[in-house]
Amino acid sequence: MSSDIWNWGYALEILPILARAAIVTIEATVISFAIALVLGLILAVLRMSGPVVGWLASAFVELVRSTPLLIQIFFIFFVLPRFGITLDAFAAGIIALSLHYGCYCSEVYRAGLEAVPRGQWEACTALNFSSWNTFKNIILPQAIPPIVPALGNYLVALFKDTPLLSAIAVAELVQTAKNMGSDTFRYNEPMTIVGLTFLVLSLVSAVGIRWLEQRLNRRSVR
Amino acid sequence: MNASTEHPMVRFEGVTKRYGALTVLDDLNLEIKRGEKVAIIGPSGSGKTTVLRMLMTLERIDGGVIWVDGEPMTHMPKNGGMVPAEPKHLRRVRSKIGMVFQHFNLFPHMTALGNCIEAPMTVLGLPRREAEERAAELLNMVGLAEKKGHYPAQLSGGQQQRVAIARALAMRPKVMLFDEVTSALDPELCGEVLQVIRKLGSEHDLTMLMVTHQMGFAKEFADRVCFFYQGKICEQGVPKELFVAPKNERTQQFLRAVLEAV
Repeated sequence: MSSDIWNWGYALEILPILARAAIVTIEATVISFAIALVLGLILAVLRMSGPVVGWLASAFVELVRSTPLLIQIFFIFFVLPRFGITLDAFAAGIIALSLHYGCYCSEVYRAGLEAVPRGQWEACTALNFSSWNTFKNIILPQAIPPIVPALGNYLVALFKDTPLLSAIAVAELVQTAKNMGSDTFRYNEPMTIVGLTFLVLSLVSAVGIRWLEQRLNRRSVR
Repeated sequence: MNASTEHPMVRFEGVTKRYGALTVLDDLNLEIKRGEKVAIIGPSGSGKTTVLRMLMTLERIDGGVIWVDGEPMTHMPKNGGMVPAEPKHLRRVRSKIGMVFQHFNLFPHMTALGNCIEAPMTVLGLPRREAEERAAELLNMVGLAEKKGHYPAQLSGGQQQRVAIARALAMRPKVMLFDEVTSALDPELCGEVLQVIRKLGSEHDLTMLMVTHQMGFAKEFADRVCFFYQGKICEQGVPKELFVAPKNERTQQFLRAVLEAV
């Protein structure tokens, strides 16, 4: 039943602990991505509005996109406390992930918003919509469906970046597996299970995104 | 005193529009009476579409004042003088104007009915039922009662343009602007759109301003025709005179060229 390579007994023993860690990973992913989706939209709108605000927002996006996520995680967790902002590891990780992916999402939103023809804005002016209603009722509903696949890719990418949180000891999947390995000197089982968990969840989200995409396309017949 | 019958519905007072070094409209003075149907014709680049776009506030003006229904739209009184209009003022005055575009600009994610109720509900605050009743009436008027559940992509160009007309009318404008509304249509579909506009002319006490290349329609429909050339009104008059015996040489050349092409 068990060999040197793979010990089923050990694998089954660690499964519940890894399941709990998987919950942490999923929580980190879902919370960060939800924030990133909102933040990305806000950044995209800021970038399209006015020279000063637009420039500042663009500069921020470029800064974040041009530096490694791991540095950002370390910065928020280790450097910010020097300035009086102390966060627990999970919160620091969420902030880093959502900032990082928020900036990537803002690029996607921008492409989506710019793809809406100018005539749509003009029709809204002619119908006397306020800017807010124009954006909310007319522009956004047309900008979102085409960018769902691109946003979905970032969801999967963010999910696969959560192991970076192990660097600040968040008890997510990889951190947990690593601890098990150093306790028992057996890495095969925990790392394999963690890898498979990532694989399965990534595939499941990809299918989910595909489904959402088709649903949205069906609704907005073009 | 009933001021609304005294003043022109639309008045361009010394309006100038430039794109960089290019002057598109030069000191335009034009008055349009309530209920008047005015056709604007002229070669491309003569500034005729810009007239409508400025009136719809889609283009900023560089000089002069545009008046709508007796009050300045592009400007507002402040401290005894006139200052450029704030967005709120612009929105209020603009609500009297509706526009139909060359490329329809329907909302692709909404049905024909949805297109016609969206603005009445969000802008005018009408309850859905009331908005739907009125939209259904208008869609019926443009001959598309049975298409109200269709999305723009499921409609022909002519049908889309008729929905666009209904959508604009749903806001109860006093002035309707038609910007080359048949130019993007296949020739056999122009008729149904022009038919709707014709109907509108007789059924409503509506001021209408249209930029058009349909000389036959302009001649039959308009009370007055303005021929634009290089940013100025080169000649204007009742269609019978302007089309039959144009005085200006430019007008003669233009009409000869256009009518030969038919």
